[in-house]
Amino acid sequence: MTLCIGSVMASSTDLDIVNVTKRFGAHAAVDDVSFSVAPGEFFSILGPSGCGKTTLMRMIAGFEHPTSGDIRIRGKSMIGVPANRRPVNMVFQSLALFPMMSVGENVAYGLTCRGVSRAEAEERAGRMLERVGLKGFGERRVTALSGGQRQRVAIARCLVLEPTLVLLDEPLGALDLKLREHMKIELKQLQGTFNTTFAYITHDQSEALVMSDRIAVMNQGRFEQVGSPRELYHNPATPFVASFVGETNRLQGEAAPASNGAIAVRLPSGTIVQGQGSAAAKAALAFVRPEAVALAQDPSSLGNLPNRFEGRVSAVLFDGAASSLLIDTTGFEQPVRAVLPQVGPLAGIQVGAPVHVGWTADAMKVFAT
Amino acid sequence: MIAKPAQRLTLFLLLAPAILWLGLLIVLPHVEILVLSFSERVAPRVYAFGVGNYLEFFTEPLYWRTFARTAFMSILVTALTLVLAFPIALYIARVAQGRLKAMLLLLCLLPFWVSELVRTLGWMILLRETGVVSYVLRSIGLSSQPVELLYNDGAVILGLVYGGLLFMIVPLANALESLEPAVVEAGYDLGGSRWTVLRRIVIPHAMPGIVAGCIIVFMLTVGNFATPVLLGGKNGLWFTEQIYAQFITRFNWPQGAAFGMLLLLLSSAIVWLGLRLTGQSLGTTLKQA
Repeated sequence: MTLCIGSVMASSTDLDIVNVTKRFGAHAAVDDVSFSVAPGEFFSILGPSGCGKTTLMRMIAGFEHPTSGDIRIRGKSMIGVPANRRPVNMVFQSLALFPMMSVGENVAYGLTCRGVSRAEAEERAGRMLERVGLKGFGERRVTALSGGQRQRVAIARCLVLEPTLVLLDEPLGALDLKLREHMKIELKQLQGTFNTTFAYITHDQSEALVMSDRIAVMNQGRFEQVGSPRELYHNPATPFVASFVGETNRLQGEAAPASNGAIAVRLPSGTIVQGQGSAAAKAALAFVRPEAVALAQDPSSLGNLPNRFEGRVSAVLFDGAASSLLIDTTGFEQPVRAVLPQVGPLAGIQVGAPVHVGWTADAMKVFAT
Repeated sequence: MIAKPAQRLTLFLLLAPAILWLGLLIVLPHVEILVLSFSERVAPRVYAFGVGNYLEFFTEPLYWRTFARTAFMSILVTALTLVLAFPIALYIARVAQGRLKAMLLLLCLLPFWVSELVRTLGWMILLRETGVVSYVLRSIGLSSQPVELLYNDGAVILGLVYGGLLFMIVPLANALESLEPAVVEAGYDLGGSRWTVLRRIVIPHAMPGIVAGCIIVFMLTVGNFATPVLLGGKNGLWFTEQIYAQFITRFNWPQGAAFGMLLLLLSSAIVWLGLRLTGQSLGTTLKQA
């Protein structure tokens, strides 16, 4: 934690969180978290509610103070710097637009706080509104805007100040599904055009996967894994990441080394599945993604897979391209979830139909618990 | 749409108490006073229509000066009450939680469980020459002789502000409570100082509550009688005393009625002006009160 390290970091990162801990009484809301965000990066913190991600974000914004550790922005420590003097701006969950001001005044507010003259602030606010696609909305009341427009005002209000870092606290949570899907893409594009560093917190894994360059998965005050969306999805480091990011089938059993370098997991029913992962002879968790589960009406076509089982369709969850099947499989406590193919002989499969399932050992991740 | 006769009757019966109350206790006496104010005594027990009572007000300097003084002091009292009540309301609405909040509001309410007269007499016990404050000043050596703190404008203002505080705090706290905490945080986050956030976010949001509280306190102050008389003594010179004197001491009811009408006009005019200046409508203001 010397000055020298700080100045080296200054050249390559926008945000450095160094061993930050925040305690409320005996409970550590954020527990020794460290990470760095590079300039222009879209960084997400993904976690269930109550995992400490909001506390972490509020510490970066300056509304909470870490019990220990350091928060650096472009190498400069933010400890003791009040919220209104940090080069960080936040898009709040509720957006927190100022209802007593017009759209233009909302965007110009931060500039006038900095002492920019009224005329110049108005002009710059007008240009910013144009860039986010709200040209000519300056005079409107914020209450007269739609959900997506309010979203864009909240972001414009931050971006007009050209902050080093924009914090976004689940800003899409209040929108309906259709608009949320649209705003995901729009946010990502906005971030690209402005080339500003975004730190985004969410409990919605799809938001994080779609938009982020890198994601930190947070649980109980700690980071479970930091990586690109693909890494998290395909190579989860912990059982929590494996079950929290994306849909998955979770199997509990006892692990034992198997031949050919795989690990065999004996399920409570005695059924054995084979997967890859950490070798421990004790309690283990195994995960297999629904899209990795191959389906066939004829068992011979699954002949070369180490994991092959027989089952019966218990439910068809039709959801377009994201459709899936729940299959009651002999030896499994929970039905196995598999992606429903949209073409081929299985596309029209009905509840009660017999089906064979199978997956490779590579598709199954095994963790010691 | 034509309502059935039975429905109409029900509506009428439901509204009857309100209509009777308004009609008998508010409209009727005011009409009576208005009529009375335009009658002049031309001979013993003989009255004629005329504006003499109003002319009397403008020709006698004591009357219109007392009137102007009452208006000015009431505005001053309202402003002082607002300045004092704002931080208290801000604390109650935004800092205090749960039981503390309820207790603080109760503390504000507590003095109102005794009558205004008793509360004012309490101030007299504190402020008079042989009172508590005078005694304390003497005993700690700040004064060598008894100090008379009563019977001046300061004492009158003190008593009136004290009496108005609750009626300012409640609508203010109501208005401030509805301000979303994230909006205040956003105000800081975008670079606003405490003063900027207060001026551009908190006060505009609380405006309906501010105006509601000001109207109530102003009305109560202008029409107050006991506090200026008891704490101000002969120097009180409140316009309500002039009305009292005309009705009770001088037994000149038409003159008293004219003064009463003028006071009503004054308070209505100032409230209207206040609403215009702050750009608030009576509707939104009444919702806060």
